[in-house]
Amino acid sequence: MVQSTHARLDASFAALSDATRRGVLEQLGRVDASITELAERFDMTLTGMKKHVGILEEAGLVTTEKVGRVRTCRLGPRRLEDETAWIERYRRLWDARFDELEKVVEQLKRKEKGNERKDRK
Amino acid sequence: MNARTASEPTTMKNRTTSERKSARELVVTRTINGPARIVFEAWTKPELFKQWWVPKSLGLTLLSCDMDVRPGGKYKLVFKHGASEPMAFYGRYTEVTPPSRLVWTNEEGGEDGSVTTVTFEEQGGKTLVVLTELYPSKKALDAAIASGSTSGDMNETFEQLEELVGTLK
Repeated sequence: MVQSTHARLDASFAALSDATRRGVLEQLGRVDASITELAERFDMTLTGMKKHVGILEEAGLVTTEKVGRVRTCRLGPRRLEDETAWIERYRRLWDARFDELEKVVEQLKRKEKGNERKDRK
Repeated sequence: MNARTASEPTTMKNRTTSERKSARELVVTRTINGPARIVFEAWTKPELFKQWWVPKSLGLTLLSCDMDVRPGGKYKLVFKHGASEPMAFYGRYTEVTPPSRLVWTNEEGGEDGSVTTVTFEEQGGKTLVVLTELYPSKKALDAAIASGSTSGDMNETFEQLEELVGTLK
């Protein structure tokens, strides 16, 4: 346990020891980006940027996902787990809220029907 | 067989979905059993709104609810949880189009506050509600999410829900 924490810290420090990689993290903190976009932004070859992103990914600081021919990089994966959990809590809050809304709508519908009946008489 | 299929929707609970649709956007959807006209009414009349906006499971008390539902009109909701200090959520309505569309700002968050758009789309006596929260930047939405998940505890605690509500209204 302690060892794996050490290993992770080592990987993180190694990843952060490079100015370009720190720049990539800063950039991804603002907006997700593809490897091509990152390479352009840091004026670097695609292969060079792939290497940097690979090191950040190994350290758990960045996750990448390939959709079609584009590989998108974002900060992660810890953050991503948190985000998924948060969005689920957000969904549950709205679910509870909408259940209550449905009850109010049901009451209003019944009231309207009652009024219609009265109107017909 | 047909009769059975037809009876199912009344017994099945409508599903709520949520997703981060883009770097700056959260989207929630839900179908409500009722016409858009009535759903819109429940969303815009304070005496009705108060009955559902704060589900009991949240453990929050709604202390006050002022809503001036018209373009440019202000709203202010004040909540309290247990012995904690009351929290106020406020902003203004920027679009009010009955019964299909409602837009309001969330100003308690300052510059990083989101804009909420709700659309009501009626289909066969039911209404599809789509709620979008648009943040001014990816950073603002990230921060809203981070403030609700820093404890690292997946349990649905009141604190987390309180923060959640904070990002909503």
